[in-house]
Amino acid sequence: MPMTEQATGAHHPQPRPRSGGHQSAPEQVTGAQSLIRSLEEVGAETVFGIPGGAILPAYDPLMDSKRVRHVLVRHEQGAGHAATGYAQATGRVGVCMATSGPGATNLVTPIADAHMDSVPLVAITGQVASKAIGTDAFQEADIVGITMPITKHNFLVTKAEDIPRTIAEAFHIASTGRPGPVLVDIAKDALQARTTFQWPPAQDLPGYRPVTKPHAKQIREAARLITQARRPVLYVGGGVLKAGATAELKVLAELTGAPVTTTLMALGAFPDSHPLHVGMPGMHGSVTAVTALQKADLIVALGARFDDRVTGKLDSFAPYAKIVHADIDPAEIGKNRAADVPIVGDAREVIADLIQAVQKEHSDGHQGDYSGWWKDLNRWRDTYPLGYEQPDNGSLSPQQVIQRIGQLAPEGTIFAAGVGQHQMWAAHYIQYEQPSTWLNSGGAGTMGYAVPAAMGAKAGAPDRAVWAIDGDGCFQMTNQELTTCALNNIPIKVAIINNGALGMVRQWQTLFYNQRYSNTVLHSGPEATGKEPSAGTRVPDFVKLSEAMGCYAIRCESPDDLDKVIEEANSINDRPVVIDFIVHEDAMVWPMVAAGTSNDEVMFARDVRPDFGDNEDD
Amino acid sequence: MSKHTLSVLVENKPGILARIAALFSRRGFNIDSLAVGVTEHPDISRITIVVNVIEELPLEQVTKQLNKLVNVLKIVELEPSSAVQRELVLVKVRADNETRSQIVEIVQLFRAKTVDVAPEAVTIEATGGSDKLEAMLKMLEPFGIKELVQSGTIAIGRGARSITDRSLRALDRSA
Repeated sequence: MPMTEQATGAHHPQPRPRSGGHQSAPEQVTGAQSLIRSLEEVGAETVFGIPGGAILPAYDPLMDSKRVRHVLVRHEQGAGHAATGYAQATGRVGVCMATSGPGATNLVTPIADAHMDSVPLVAITGQVASKAIGTDAFQEADIVGITMPITKHNFLVTKAEDIPRTIAEAFHIASTGRPGPVLVDIAKDALQARTTFQWPPAQDLPGYRPVTKPHAKQIREAARLITQARRPVLYVGGGVLKAGATAELKVLAELTGAPVTTTLMALGAFPDSHPLHVGMPGMHGSVTAVTALQKADLIVALGARFDDRVTGKLDSFAPYAKIVHADIDPAEIGKNRAADVPIVGDAREVIADLIQAVQKEHSDGHQGDYSGWWKDLNRWRDTYPLGYEQPDNGSLSPQQVIQRIGQLAPEGTIFAAGVGQHQMWAAHYIQYEQPSTWLNSGGAGTMGYAVPAAMGAKAGAPDRAVWAIDGDGCFQMTNQELTTCALNNIPIKVAIINNGALGMVRQWQTLFYNQRYSNTVLHSGPEATGKEPSAGTRVPDFVKLSEAMGCYAIRCESPDDLDKVIEEANSINDRPVVIDFIVHEDAMVWPMVAAGTSNDEVMFARDVRPDFGDNEDD
Repeated sequence: MSKHTLSVLVENKPGILARIAALFSRRGFNIDSLAVGVTEHPDISRITIVVNVIEELPLEQVTKQLNKLVNVLKIVELEPSSAVQRELVLVKVRADNETRSQIVEIVQLFRAKTVDVAPEAVTIEATGGSDKLEAMLKMLEPFGIKELVQSGTIAIGRGARSITDRSLRALDRSA
């Protein structure tokens, strides 16, 4: 079995916590200048933000910086999600900036979002002058207190001389170990004071020591279980993408021959087209992936966290499986499901070591035989493939729209989705073959994520095509960033999957609330029953709205026009493009495991439970 | 339900107590008592937390989450059998000429101290484990407890070993 260069067990270097080598000569600067100089030194080439009173001193030297580009967004939430999209697309730390008070609190949602999805993010906020802190001063908010539970760490800086060290520490914490958001709140007087700037500063983080090197004994035990198992599954989470371990994963999967399931956060970590890939697990996972986990005798979790959307009812999840759980965050191991073999380490090092340990098992004559397992898996795969029906009234099917966008997109296209039905269909019907091609809000489920995240991704990867797959509900939360895109030469493409409703909530009302569509119809007034066709009132008119923001915008209502409009959008690269796809409102996301039920109750379609030949046991 | 005593060494920085207290409530744990003070090293504070947990598993979860706090240096669970645990109580008891001598007798029995005397009350200072203090308060109750203040538990392991040694070395290295 050939191994890639990265897969040889060589460990990629972690940034050093303390500075070595030579320091720059001290410069006399203001705190604000030292902030911008620090951002230049850590390599923050793009910052998304909006100025205001308390952060104003920082914006003055920012104007002169040749190395830091600032993108002026229309709402701080857009800055936060853009920084997240930038980080997800490039693997670098995303940076957003806002002023004190409401500017800072508008960052709360994207910070919480990045926290749930372990995205390396540094948020810099202005704070009122240090003497005014605690006096309810104008635009004062205790943003450090507010973001304490939703950041990996945060800092309040009240002295100019602390700025470079704090910025260096913030970037170090955000990007190492389990990545996450770090907020740096800087008092206005610290930005205005005179200080000296020297780089690199000495870091002081005695309590921060992420473990990246896995324990050899645990790796050997995991390899032994893999070769002894009859029904193993590699359960791959977002940690594998964050660790840049996709090449290693492919080697390990092909070496063992075990099926691979990639979570919503890990789409693209393993090629969708690969024969060992059995789909996405969880509430809207493929029947094969959900069932594989339920019937498995061994689950090897790699950078995944047994989230409730994956496990369903926890006490009936994977009842026969032994668990090997590898994660860089020790607190994830055993949190939801007890691990038989706990492994703390960076996914890339873990998988590289596992490859060697499995090879040794093989050379000792121990090789797993999964042929019976694959017979079952292939039968489920053939019997219960993902699929959808065309609406019989000739309207557009949302699944088909998303599928064609995926098929017609150039290679390497980045897709960003909002949250809801369109997100699940984008997970199902677009093929993800490479890492960092799929951005979404997995843990937090933040509606409105798509447009600003796509903007951030395009700003970070201008040579790649970026499609936002958005719902009409999500789009109305954050579409103002299209203005930012139009004015800053960030030509993203947006597909509004417009069913005139909050579709996922409507689906639950259809299934669990007797089709009482309480407040989920978006295109009509208060008398809406949800039974009206989705063409609706055209309020707002997304085409006119998008045109007003400087985009090229078209509407598509018929399957006959589908390819034409998508190709047109793909051909336009000098401004953002928005397509308003009017789709059938009754389409539903299948398969589905209803909330709070066991994954054994996965439904292939409405009222259709897959036949596993186990009914007589029930 | 079982009680556990955690000694948490932290960097002596503003806001760390809020981080720790918030973590406990956020993760659904109840803090029974809490005591904070600086250690023999001025840059390190020690927080002693007594926590009520339902099973072993969640305690492990909360210590792991605590360990993730950047300002936390070290967490040690102190077992009652191998550690000395103490609380401090100040209690103001109703006393007159008839009852004062009985109260003083109880104070002596528990090796407590009378720290203030007034015509209608005596104030008593007592240290000890929670069982001893509970017993003493039970004896004082019939006289009438006017006011009571209790510190959180502090605890230290028995024997020569120190839990701060290694953390201090880490701190020195990073300085």
